[in-house]
Amino acid sequence: MASVTCANVRKSFGATQVLHGVSIDIRDREFVVLVGPSGCGKSTLLRMIAGLENISSGEIRIGERVVNHVPPKERDVAMVFQNYALYPHMTVADNMGFSLKLRSAPRREIDERVKLAADILGLTPLLARYPRQLSGGQRQRVAMGRAIVRDPQVFLFDEPLSNLDAKLRVQMRTEIKELHQRIETTTIYVTHDQIEAMTMADKIVVMHDGMVEQIGAPLHLYDHPDNLFVAGFIGSPAMNLLPGRITANGGGGFEGPGGARLPLATAPNGSTGQRAIYGVRPEHFSLADDGAEAVIQIVEPTGSEIQVSAKLGGADITAVFRERHQFKPGDKVRLRPDARLVHLFDETTGKRLNA
Amino acid sequence: MADIALNPRPARKRIGDVTAWQRLKANRNWLGIWFMLPTAAFLLLFLAYPLGLGIWLSFTDARIGRGGNFIGLENYEWLWGDSVFWLSVFNTLLYTGVASVIKFAIGLYLALLLNQHMPFKAIIRALVLIPFIVPTVLSAIAFWWIYDSQFSILSWSLKKLGLISQNIDFLGDFWNARWSVIAANIWRGVPFIAITLLAGLQTVSPALYEAATIDGASRWQMFRHITYPLLTPIIAVVMTFSVLFTFTDFQLIWVMTRGGPVNATHLMATLGYQRAIGGGYLGEGSAIATAMIPFLLAAILISWFGLQRRKWQQGEAND
Ligand SMILES: Nc1ncnc2c1ncn2[C@@H]1O[C@H](COP(=O)(O)OP(=O)(O)OP(=O)(O)O)[C@@H](O)[C@H]1O
Ligand SMILES: [Mg+2]
Repeated sequence: MASVTCANVRKSFGATQVLHGVSIDIRDREFVVLVGPSGCGKSTLLRMIAGLENISSGEIRIGERVVNHVPPKERDVAMVFQNYALYPHMTVADNMGFSLKLRSAPRREIDERVKLAADILGLTPLLARYPRQLSGGQRQRVAMGRAIVRDPQVFLFDEPLSNLDAKLRVQMRTEIKELHQRIETTTIYVTHDQIEAMTMADKIVVMHDGMVEQIGAPLHLYDHPDNLFVAGFIGSPAMNLLPGRITANGGGGFEGPGGARLPLATAPNGSTGQRAIYGVRPEHFSLADDGAEAVIQIVEPTGSEIQVSAKLGGADITAVFRERHQFKPGDKVRLRPDARLVHLFDETTGKRLNA
Repeated sequence: MADIALNPRPARKRIGDVTAWQRLKANRNWLGIWFMLPTAAFLLLFLAYPLGLGIWLSFTDARIGRGGNFIGLENYEWLWGDSVFWLSVFNTLLYTGVASVIKFAIGLYLALLLNQHMPFKAIIRALVLIPFIVPTVLSAIAFWWIYDSQFSILSWSLKKLGLISQNIDFLGDFWNARWSVIAANIWRGVPFIAITLLAGLQTVSPALYEAATIDGASRWQMFRHITYPLLTPIIAVVMTFSVLFTFTDFQLIWVMTRGGPVNATHLMATLGYQRAIGGGYLGEGSAIATAMIPFLLAAILISWFGLQRRKWQQGEAND
């Protein structure tokens, strides 16, 4: 097991630069999720750590060792691919034991380790099958088995669950997390699904257009997004982002869309009159007589909560209530954001303004 | 139920009368047969009929211009004691064996090479196909010149390089002639194998090589454990065809040596042709041609059983 460090890593394919200086510290035994929209360079970074792509500039370290020019087989990492990449002509057991066989490990040791991994993953009855005789979920497990058998320094997962149906995905999510708690190997996990990121990670790295937007624990990113991108990306349903103007500091307020008056606990000194983005999570609205007026458009009860789409001063917002309010489309309600939980972002740079 | 039980016979017969013809017209299986009929007739006419006729001729003493009488196995008995026939069998096996092995080796090597990223890939791939698209007779004539006892460019080059002092007699010497025609056959056959194997190589998912790279495979191990096993089905097919084509080769030999010198390069196909058309002994020539069938069947069976074993492929039983 080992730590992994990326220091100012850049990557260009020909003239196009796809990673613009990525720095990430991953501690030993940590479960880190790289998350970001499609095309932001997650897979590229993962493949650079694995050694499948060379590093244009910067430095990647596994443990204490700089691996920029170390060939993949000497990096001691195992990777699970999105399409699993199982060897079609080998049985499950041979697929899992292949890396050991290449190292000419004794037959008995290979069998033992394959059996152990198969036990962990519930693959024992399938060991003699070929990949084409397995379901998607089983193949996924074999791909993980192949990684476990190696007992590597680092696990790399590239969207391993994206080919599975929704139910199986939730189940495998739990299994991977359990697996990590059990064998505690440093893991780097790529996904574009922020729920996966939130539920599995010790630490999330949010990437966007080849840059790191923010690194932190899942709840920290949720409660304290550094910028507009993270604010909009993390959380489902997404945070409401309302453009407007800071009207007063201190005990101040915010003038939202259509002149809606929104409460604000703190704002930077001297920011009165500045244009800004007002961010509030759907669950941080409550009904109050002094709230801003909103017209309900759609009501979606899920049982545990009610999700409401409404128009607030002309802007679309989403609010979520745990109480069973009897809303109807067209109703006028007064909504008040919880001032202590409001996020304020600079309109041009997208940087967070309030503490 | 009751009606049928009371009066089953007429009812059944009437339904049967109607359906017999309708089934022929509309039933899906029969429809298939209708569609197959033209093809089957075509195959019968152009494949089965000549084959049957050839085999029949081999049991007769037919000559050109005169129908033959059935003489049983006499042609075969005669061939059994004919040293030239046995020489042609030996030549054919040598020709097929050596040429196929070398063609496979070179073809596989070329395919692996062409599958790499390199500059001018498209042009090089097109160049490799040249021997295949040049008409065989034309390339045979070219080789005939290359091997000419006086004007051979090979001899000329080697002399210029100072490696030899006298022209090599490529087609006049017993063993020289054999190796020379084998070389020509290899030149002609390699593109087919190389391009087919290249097509096979391109179906192997690059992700498998990436997985193997991370599993720690060297380049040789990747070839040995990934490429080669995944390529075996296509190797079996392409080598079966290659062996069949080589075994039945005729044009190259006929243009370059006509079987000479002293029958040293006579293959079964050329000998059969010479005896049947050149000598006019249709029966004997047919017997030589028919004697090729068991060898060809053996080649097909070997590859067929070779293919049977790969149960990891799609569409075969689960055990
Ligand atoms: N071999 C390549 N040559 C040129 N550009 C590439 C290559 N591989 C990736 N890219 C580009 O690099 C960028 C990042 O790609 P990458 O595969 O890392 O995205 P990703 O974050 O994994 O996206 P996804 O979630 O869709 O998998 C993309 O814009 C892509 O077009
Ligand atoms: Mg990707």
